Amino acid sequence: MNAQQVKRFRITVITAAMLLVLAIIISIGTGYASLTPGELFRTIIGKGTQRENLILFQFRMPRIFVAVLAGMGLAVSGAILQSITKNPLSDPGILGINAGAGLMIVVYIMFFSVESTSFLYILPLFALAGGMVTAAIIYVMSYIKGEGVEPTRLVLIGVGLAAALYGATLVLSTRLEMEDHAFMANWMAGRIWGDDWIFVLSLAPWILILFPIVFMKANVLNTLTLHENVSIGVGVNIGKERILLIIIAVALASASVAVSGGIAFVGLMAPHISRSLVGPRHQAFVPVTALLGGILLLTADTIGRVILDPSGIPAGIIVTIIGAPYFMYLLAKK
Amino acid sequence: MFKTKTKVIKDVKVYSRPEVGLTILLLGCLLLLLSIGLAISVGAAKIDFRTVWEAIFNYDSSRETDRIIVSLRLPRELGAAVVGAAFAVSGAIMQGMTRNPLADPGLLGLNAGASLALACVFAFNLGSSYFTVMLLSFVGAGVGALLVFGLGSMTRGGLSPIRITLAGAAVSALLSSLGEGVAIYYKLSQDLAFWTAGGVSGTNWTQLKIIVPVALVGILISIMLSRQLTILSFGEDLAKSLGQRTLLTKTILMTVVLILAGAAVSLAGAIAFVGLLVPHIVRFLVGTDYRWIIPCSAVFGSVLLVLADTFARTVNAPYETPVGAVVAMVGVPFFLYLARKGGRKLS
Repeated sequence: MNAQQVKRFRITVITAAMLLVLAIIISIGTGYASLTPGELFRTIIGKGTQRENLILFQFRMPRIFVAVLAGMGLAVSGAILQSITKNPLSDPGILGINAGAGLMIVVYIMFFSVESTSFLYILPLFALAGGMVTAAIIYVMSYIKGEGVEPTRLVLIGVGLAAALYGATLVLSTRLEMEDHAFMANWMAGRIWGDDWIFVLSLAPWILILFPIVFMKANVLNTLTLHENVSIGVGVNIGKERILLIIIAVALASASVAVSGGIAFVGLMAPHISRSLVGPRHQAFVPVTALLGGILLLTADTIGRVILDPSGIPAGIIVTIIGAPYFMYLLAKK
Repeated sequence: MFKTKTKVIKDVKVYSRPEVGLTILLLGCLLLLLSIGLAISVGAAKIDFRTVWEAIFNYDSSRETDRIIVSLRLPRELGAAVVGAAFAVSGAIMQGMTRNPLADPGLLGLNAGASLALACVFAFNLGSSYFTVMLLSFVGAGVGALLVFGLGSMTRGGLSPIRITLAGAAVSALLSSLGEGVAIYYKLSQDLAFWTAGGVSGTNWTQLKIIVPVALVGILISIMLSRQLTILSFGEDLAKSLGQRTLLTKTILMTVVLILAGAAVSLAGAIAFVGLLVPHIVRFLVGTDYRWIIPCSAVFGSVLLVLADTFARTVNAPYETPVGAVVAMVGVPFFLYLARKGGRKLS
């Protein structure tokens, strides 16, 4: 990076971080049982009333953390997928990975109860298994010998597979009990339902372990976006690195959607916006993507919560209403 | 020189087998009658074939089975048949018109548009009569189609089949999200879920009286225009040079597609893949002449949906499984096959 790029990167990161803080303050300050910035400040330095403490630390903070972490996970997952498949339209939701995770979640709910506490740590693993199998099927289906993986075919097969998995999920969910079914319907619409600290604890480890690996692999990602021959030429073991990165991307997406619900388009939008801000170098591009993903999902969740208090419109719907036109714009532009 | 020319003409020649077409059509009709009979006889109250026959042609309101058949089972199966035919024919027309083997009203945003219209009907109390509901879902289908094809025409050089399918997926996601949002905001997601996932389960005679004529007129118009459609399916330039007024033909055909898809969605909710699957199977059987493809698609679409609905109704009795999900699980492997096979040609 030359000096100008470094400066640009720093300015973008600082602005994005400030925006994220602003989004958090707004999210705390809106809706039912809100805190004004003054009250918020007082509560943070430990001088809040009991009510203020309750609102901030028990109601708002966990949900904000879940939204931000899930947004980051999905955004970085989308960034990795876009770079690896060399396809600007990749996104874990569009590619059907969310749908695969959703199917496994329905299977889990069918056999185990939603209520038990161990459920929160096991659920991401189930989601991961579903996401992995789906990703493998998509990859194998879109691979044609001698041609490799053609990007648009990959997306198309993902779209088709998502429809089938969604159908299967729907079939299975009709067998669920009333309450479990309501849970599943909300999950599919992308409602951020994890609003307790346990959910943050079940998501945070994935992000904390996988993000540093992605940052370390930034140079590998840089070379993978070039032609295969170039990557081999500079000494990258393409097959190995690609599979490792796909596993990371799927793991991030699955862990995120397990607590946030099936949310698409965050992984599409965040990388695009960030690429247009700081350029395609992954050292700069991935951190900015993560910040933007967090901002996007938190803002969508806040909007959904404000529009319809107190039950809210699922964040997934808000994100889709913003993201689908963006996807169409990208399609038309290419 | 001459040899190559004749070869080219041979390639372009309509691949049609009238005898085969007629046989398939008749067989299809027979199959349809059989599957409707089967569908009526299975279910919570088992009824044998003879009773079904008796009930339909010699109705006696004092017998309980007769009442079950005529007021519950028969309208449901007729509804399934009409919806299947409408989806299949609209899929066939779209495939011929856009020369896109992946065209299907469910994939190109029409169904999602109609579902959004349905959500609005419920949310804003726009109309209680079934006719208004149907009219509005027709408008919704139009909005979906307009968005997808508008996007296609905005792009320089047009969109390839794969890209237009992706555009359709995005438009569908957008419109169904909007519909879901409206439904949740007005607290009617359960009503709507019942409507869209319920398939043809709630069909009654009043609805049938409206939808059957509409669907029949749509199918008849498309049969009348099937010759033009065959020519159009060779490419717009060729159709023009043969003296066809392509814009007029396309406009009429697109209107028919919207009417059929809108009517079908207003009765059964968004069911994708019928319009994709059936025309391909039919084309494999009777060739590329749309004079045979369209009527055969109508018949086989009916058969497919009647059977799918019966399966959906009995597989997890007494609960209903959404028929759309059953069709999707059959249709998607086929879609994947097409996407994989045609990958090179389509993009």
